[in-house]
Amino acid sequence: MIGAINQEPPIVKLPTGIPGFDLIAYGGLPQGRTALVSGTAGSAKTVFAAQFLAAGIQKFNENGVFVTFEESPEDIRRNMQGLGWDIARWESEGRWAFVDVSPVPGTEIIEVGNYDLGALLARIEHAVKRINAKRLSMDSLGAIFAQISSMSTVRSELFRIGSALKRMGVTAILTSERSHEHGDIARYGVEEFVTDNVIVLRNVLEDEKRRRTVEILKFRGTSHQKGEFPFSVIPGEGIIVIPLSASELKQRSSDIRVTSGNPELDAMCGGGFFRDSIILVSGATGTGKTLMVTTFMAGDLSNKERRLLFAFEESREQLFRNATGWGIDFEKMEREGTLKVVCDYPEVASLEDHLIRMKQVISEYQPARVAVDSLSALERVSTVKGFREFVLALTSFIKHQELVGMFTSTTPSLLGGTSVTEAHISTITDSIVLLRYVELMGEMRRGMTVLKMRGSMHDKDIREFTIDGKGLHIGNPFRNISGILSGNFNHIALQETDRLRGLFQDTDS
Amino acid sequence: MNKYLLKLYITGQTPRSEAAIANLRKICETELNGVYEMVIIDILERPQLAEDEKILATPTLIKELPPPLRRIIGDLSDTEKVLLGLDLRPAAEQDNP
Repeated sequence: MIGAINQEPPIVKLPTGIPGFDLIAYGGLPQGRTALVSGTAGSAKTVFAAQFLAAGIQKFNENGVFVTFEESPEDIRRNMQGLGWDIARWESEGRWAFVDVSPVPGTEIIEVGNYDLGALLARIEHAVKRINAKRLSMDSLGAIFAQISSMSTVRSELFRIGSALKRMGVTAILTSERSHEHGDIARYGVEEFVTDNVIVLRNVLEDEKRRRTVEILKFRGTSHQKGEFPFSVIPGEGIIVIPLSASELKQRSSDIRVTSGNPELDAMCGGGFFRDSIILVSGATGTGKTLMVTTFMAGDLSNKERRLLFAFEESREQLFRNATGWGIDFEKMEREGTLKVVCDYPEVASLEDHLIRMKQVISEYQPARVAVDSLSALERVSTVKGFREFVLALTSFIKHQELVGMFTSTTPSLLGGTSVTEAHISTITDSIVLLRYVELMGEMRRGMTVLKMRGSMHDKDIREFTIDGKGLHIGNPFRNISGILSGNFNHIALQETDRLRGLFQDTDS
Repeated sequence: MNKYLLKLYITGQTPRSEAAIANLRKICETELNGVYEMVIIDILERPQLAEDEKILATPTLIKELPPPLRRIIGDLSDTEKVLLGLDLRPAAEQDNP
């Protein structure tokens, strides 16, 4: 073989089975290699390492070996139970094996002369062969230095272990501590021997809120998505990565119309909302957003399609009472199985957790229409960046489900104005309905306009609307007032309006 | 005198293993007056034993008897340190027997 160029086959990816991660990794971890997973204390390294094996067992029928340098196997079995992984059972079934290198309490190790980690390598090889493992996790590197001091030994031995794993066709993860977020990748300088592939887990405190992210720093010889992606650790599930740009806008567009629940609004929209579109309803507090959501939920009850409402501002009782006040019986709808109302305070969970839960409920319930009242209430529990990602991820998810969605957004000021929500969402929504207060001759009236209606003609007027016991009624356009959208009203004398109308006479109307 | 039970874990017949065995044998013969049992375990042949004893590095010498249990890793090239580790040398100030 002298002179022959040792040509390695192209890199194949092994799907980890960690939800969302394989999307950002373009398929998974490079097969037969060792990837370094680096993070500060509490960044979910051990969960990542354990889930890599658990997902292999559950989803791909691939067995795994867990080499623990730090926690005892008992601790790991117990801690991972909360994530739904019955490690003890897998062990008895020969699908999971521990190599326990955790420190023995009370034993001091004396070093006399040279040594190597041949014992560890032999144990790893033994465990891999015994259960025919395809995956291996080592957690975590730093703890090894509590037992032996020679850094150069660890370095060369890790290299030897890495080559042995490669030879056996095992894909592996090695976790390591970082002392600071956004600092050096790794702490010991040992890691560079396995850093063909580096994944960084972060748990950053930002505006008093914790935000977990995962970033693939490098995959040598193969591609992956760049940047940080938020993730959450969910009880009973483990790590769920939220891929943002991975959910591309490739949904089909439909020209089937569905009713908004209000015939006059349907007429303004040119015949109703499109199915698989997203409508943003923006307005100040009390302009009638919840009413619009309520009528939207009750629209076209003749078909038995399911509707789902996420409420973040009002309690269930309030919502049901309000609906009754407008002649809509939510309770009956729930009994008939056409409605599900999920009420939550935004503060009960992080935004990532909300997103994952909402996705789960939508996937399980399979509604035909879904509403979120209000989206802007969720701004409270997140940073601006986190909120933007949330809106993007939720919108693209709903569009992929091909259902019609209505989001409400509360503007901070009573008159005019836009909210952060709108800034993030307006370009990805298909329709925008603005509800505004209009001050007219010392009186507060309400005005509504359809600002945008993708793929359709719509009424461009700003129409007055009223709310009574039967719901929302859309009346005539405001003719002698301008500046409604900005909140800087300007009254125009009636004869002036008539004169302008004469000048720009619509011949076809 | 208590009987010594010493177990030496090695990985295959490497020069390092040979050195550790030779060094240990010498120490036993000169210091333990025949009241010892020396067991050599090759991890490559019996990996489960290494698993049970949680052996990380090789060579590892474990003094199982008499208590307390002691673990020494390395090729045992420094006799004085080994003796200290096996509690065969009292603390430094009473060095003279």
